[in-house]
Amino acid sequence: MKRLWSVIREYWEVIRRPSAYFSLGFLTLGGFIFGVIFWGGFNTALELTNTEKFCISCHEMQDNVYQELTRTVHFSNRSGVRATCPDCHVPHEWTHKIARKMQASKEVWGKIFGTINTRQKFLDHRLELAKHEWARLKANDSLECRNCHSTIAMDFTRQSRRAAEIHERYLVSGERTCIDCHKGIAHELPDMTGIEPGWQAPTDIRAAPKDQQTSVDPLMHHSLSAFLESR
Amino acid sequence: MRSQDRTGLTAIARAGVGGLTAGAVVLFAALAFSQEAPRLTGADPAMENVQAPPLARPVTDDRRKARNYPEQPPVIPHSIEGYQLTLNTNRCLECHRREFVEASGAPMISVTHFMDRDFQVLADVAPRRYFCLQCHVPQTDARPLVENEFTDMSATTAE
Repeated sequence: MKRLWSVIREYWEVIRRPSAYFSLGFLTLGGFIFGVIFWGGFNTALELTNTEKFCISCHEMQDNVYQELTRTVHFSNRSGVRATCPDCHVPHEWTHKIARKMQASKEVWGKIFGTINTRQKFLDHRLELAKHEWARLKANDSLECRNCHSTIAMDFTRQSRRAAEIHERYLVSGERTCIDCHKGIAHELPDMTGIEPGWQAPTDIRAAPKDQQTSVDPLMHHSLSAFLESR
Repeated sequence: MRSQDRTGLTAIARAGVGGLTAGAVVLFAALAFSQEAPRLTGADPAMENVQAPPLARPVTDDRRKARNYPEQPPVIPHSIEGYQLTLNTNRCLECHRREFVEASGAPMISVTHFMDRDFQVLADVAPRRYFCLQCHVPQTDARPLVENEFTDMSATTAE
């Protein structure tokens, strides 16, 4: 510990001393130019990992999830808009993107050690992987869905009556978020036993009103008491 | 051995003649019927390209259709595009399961769907009833190839 401390101190002494060899102009201008190059390079590299081509360069993605995506409406549809992997799976905003990219180092680990390198292994892990994505989208209020689909731009009159009713009740009120109901919108689903659809109220909410319920309907109670009073 | 072979050959020849006559009969019958029903087997010179008819639009008006007979599985009056119906998940039951109808407003699967083939009532949908699309199908606005002359039995008994 003491040795480590002395090493750090030594470096600090070097850093805090003014340069004896390089001019101030070189250091500031050079620092600026290298800064630009470094930042540009970093961002370019980051953007490179943010492409569909990069995602499906791994056979795990190419053979499983990508093949499923190609059969869904997010891949091919009447208006020709296509969502690629990063559109849904990487936040667009910088800070969240960096946070997600740091998380993704775990995925690099998985790639190196072949956690899902066969179809069977992938299927075995599918529920866990899906749950991670559901939790992520639930936590950020389906941010990646809303990058394209906004509630405000939604014309409920152009939706089917069922869809419009459900959206009005759950989406507009903010009671639910996209992923609650639209699981498996772009990929095949894992074993969904015990995972209830979004329109089903969570168990704790469902259980609560039962205790408060009176045996007599309030409207009936009112008319009953009115009847008794009249007598 | 040789005579046996010879009888065998005649038998084959006889069968061949029989087959030919049968084939001819079928061919003539097919020709006769071809006037009434449209071809279902593609281009007339077999290798010709046929222009595919436009895809029919699904009926998604959300209105229940009367059944033609009591046992008829009701047809699906809404879009089921992209619905997943696999061993892992059943998108239909996410609305039509008994537990979910209150929230979804969908009609519940009928009580027959809880019975196995020995009429034992189970707690949930019976495995033989799991794949909804075996019986229940959506409709499209496609023009029927053959005119439908089905008469409702209540119409026939009324006569």
